[in-house]
Amino acid sequence: MTLEELHQLAEKERGRQQAFTNRVLVCSSTGCIACNSGMTRDGFITAIKEHDLENEIEVVGTGCMGLCALGPLALIEGDGRLYRNVDGSVASAIVARHIVGGEVVDDNMLDTDDPFFASQMKIVLEHCGRIDPGRIEEYIAVGGYSALAKAITEMKPEEVIEEIRKSGLRGRGGAGYPTGLKWDVSRKAPGDQKYVICNGDEGDPGAYMDRNVLESDPHRVLEGMAIAAYAVGANQGYIYTRAEYPLAIERLKVAIKQAEKHGLLGNRIFESHFNFRIDMRIGAGAFVCGEETALLRSIKGRRGRPRPRPPYPSENGLFGAPTVINNVETLANIAPIIDRSGAWFAGIGTPNSTGTKIFALTGKIEHTGLIEVPMGIPLREIIFDIGGGTPDGTEFKAVQTGGPSGGCVPKEHLDLPVDYESLKAVGSMMGSGGMIVMDSDSEMVDVAKFFMEFCVEESCGKCIPCRVGTRHLHLLLEKITRGEATADDVALLEELCIMVKETSLCGLGQSAPNPVLSTLRFFREEYDELLKPVLGYEPSKPEADPS
Amino acid sequence: MPILTFAMNGHQVSGHDDETLLQIARQHGIHIPTLCHLDGLSDIGACRLCLVEIEGQDKLVAACVTKPQEGMSVHTDTERLQRYRRTIVELLASEGNHQCAVCVVNEHCQLQDLAYAVELQYVRFPYLYPKRTLDATHKDFVMDRNRCVLCSRCIRVCHEVEGAHTWDTAGRSFHCTIMADMDQPWGTAASCTSCGKCVWVCPTGALFEKGQTVAEMEKHRDFLKYIVTARRTGEWIAEEEEGE
Ligand SMILES: Cc1cc2nc3c(=O)[nH]c(=O)nc-3n(C[C@H](O)[C@H](O)[C@H](O)COP(=O)(O)O)c2cc1C
Ligand code: SF4
Ligand code: SF4
Ligand code: FES
Repeated sequence: MTLEELHQLAEKERGRQQAFTNRVLVCSSTGCIACNSGMTRDGFITAIKEHDLENEIEVVGTGCMGLCALGPLALIEGDGRLYRNVDGSVASAIVARHIVGGEVVDDNMLDTDDPFFASQMKIVLEHCGRIDPGRIEEYIAVGGYSALAKAITEMKPEEVIEEIRKSGLRGRGGAGYPTGLKWDVSRKAPGDQKYVICNGDEGDPGAYMDRNVLESDPHRVLEGMAIAAYAVGANQGYIYTRAEYPLAIERLKVAIKQAEKHGLLGNRIFESHFNFRIDMRIGAGAFVCGEETALLRSIKGRRGRPRPRPPYPSENGLFGAPTVINNVETLANIAPIIDRSGAWFAGIGTPNSTGTKIFALTGKIEHTGLIEVPMGIPLREIIFDIGGGTPDGTEFKAVQTGGPSGGCVPKEHLDLPVDYESLKAVGSMMGSGGMIVMDSDSEMVDVAKFFMEFCVEESCGKCIPCRVGTRHLHLLLEKITRGEATADDVALLEELCIMVKETSLCGLGQSAPNPVLSTLRFFREEYDELLKPVLGYEPSKPEADPS
Repeated sequence: MPILTFAMNGHQVSGHDDETLLQIARQHGIHIPTLCHLDGLSDIGACRLCLVEIEGQDKLVAACVTKPQEGMSVHTDTERLQRYRRTIVELLASEGNHQCAVCVVNEHCQLQDLAYAVELQYVRFPYLYPKRTLDATHKDFVMDRNRCVLCSRCIRVCHEVEGAHTWDTAGRSFHCTIMADMDQPWGTAASCTSCGKCVWVCPTGALFEKGQTVAEMEKHRDFLKYIVTARRTGEWIAEEEEGE
């Protein structure tokens, strides 16, 4: 494909869409499918047929619209009205009253001026819920693959890396390593064969940001990978994701085929000398396989076990070749940066944490769902304005960020700006973007125990501190919640936490104690309250002298 | 090969840039405890006993997999490291079912040696008493998983030196076990050549020869050095002793 042909394809698709007077977008991502959005879609199609509007109204299955708790969601593109809990009968009501009659169906309408929508800033998710992820034409019509075209036809690989470096983009997979720097190392590493890998393992409980991006806008990730490959000089890419994400896998497979068919992947992309292929690798679903060195082994079909670093994958990765491993969300940020410039991106967020971040809001919160906000936004705004606060008027207590590797942030830190450094300073971390809200009913020791149990099960068993240490940490936490522990046990718990953190081989073990350490830091009294009562003893009074 | 100079426990030491901190320490008579490391096998940095401190760096590094840097200052035996090493041995002692008094390698066991070295007096963690199996189906050897510390030396020697890859790890976390072929009785494992290398490299009494009784078995691991050196140099016959 040439640049010219890309523009023509975009024009053609836009023309096709404009031939309809209106489009009904129905969320067809995992969250809404679980609420039966298939029926919703059928409901719309049937109702539209009944009104003889097949040629005027198009029904499109899209990716996630964000407010998963109120699904199935449907959007009337013409006037931007968003409906919640749309079942078959609501669908036919919307067609009859809104599309035909021109009045809104109040009962199911969502207020898009609500802070849930208004306070968000969508860059990564800009097309999610707006386009059909199954049709490359729709992605191209909204400007898709133009960043790749620009990179290949107008920029040198070094310039691409420079732009990413200027953007300040940091890895969204957890550690926050500067992406431009990582690419630069791979580019400069000697070797003819290089790889780009998209890390879509997403193993932490409560997180589904990456799944959503892959399901809702797969081409965005492919485009990001291709730009990365062009920048570092790779000709082969792999997307690693888990078998638990069947819909994401399906949509990616379709997307790769379509991109190949249009010459956007494969040989001589945009008539240059740049060749790039992408294959999928499906993991069996182990948290540790998200760790980059374990992931590399898993791609080769071996047991997913981490190895010591250095050497880092960017120099010595897959089959010993320089390999860029980036998270799904990181890669989904690449196309807009190349399109709009690094300086534009750097202007969003804070100086050290630029751009936006997606969070999966779960737990005791009114609006469960997926949100994208600029970095540096105060936690309070996420939880109370966007999230709508805790349900049923219970009191907010803490929010866990970073999942099993992170920690809790209590209410005295609600004004904390959400960026890599601030979260780290209070003993938590950005992590991949899970946010679990806890209210006054939540017991913090139980929370810590829950995450520790997860780490015990997910430890790969290679190194002793993590394999045996997390097990004893969990046993100690159980002893505490059973009310059988003493102050010595809590002291031992704390000591072992620090030991496991400092001595474990990989990030799993190194961060597994974080939930315990942070609950000890902010909610120590909850541990103390559970301690076994110390038998009080009073020294016996000396007998009264008989004499 | 450039030679680098740096400090170890305050003394100036030197080594090649492709040597590990562990090798250089040993050349200079500095002892760093190890378990998963064995001369002649690849290093995996798994047991974490050889962790050392580098001045100006928060993270501890495993000496067996870390290369030196000019001018760095390494500490191998600080109070913190001693504490962590003791905890590691303590964790190991609580994990398996180690009954030294009835073990074939009693007094010749590297786990025991480590326990003495870190002056382990008692274990602060509850013993886990895992249910583990003993496999005596092989004609010459026994695998008693109760005594296994999961160092993976058997796996590596079988794969890297013998080339059979009979052993591998099954399961994860504390369910990890060492399995033969497709998790079957060792005696039925077709890949096993009965060479016995795994038995000799095993640091504990988990792998032992049949017919040995309590405290009888001493493991000699020198053979590995000869094989690995011969493989590298291509000379398989011992050089004649010089002189005399
Ligand atoms: C236990 C563990 C699990 C991880 N899981 C993931 C994951 O699911 N997805 C991910 O992108 N990164 C994960 N990471 C981080 C990766 O190792 C790696 O840093 C990341 O993929 C780099 O991409 P980025 O620079 O774009 O963030 C995990 C790390 C650890 C230690
Ligand atoms: S820290 Fe845990 S997950 Fe990582 S290598 Fe060690 S045992 Fe495996
Ligand atoms: S059997 Fe011996 S050599 Fe093999 S892992 Fe267990 S302790 Fe190590
Ligand atoms: S000897 Fe270095 S980690 Fe085991």
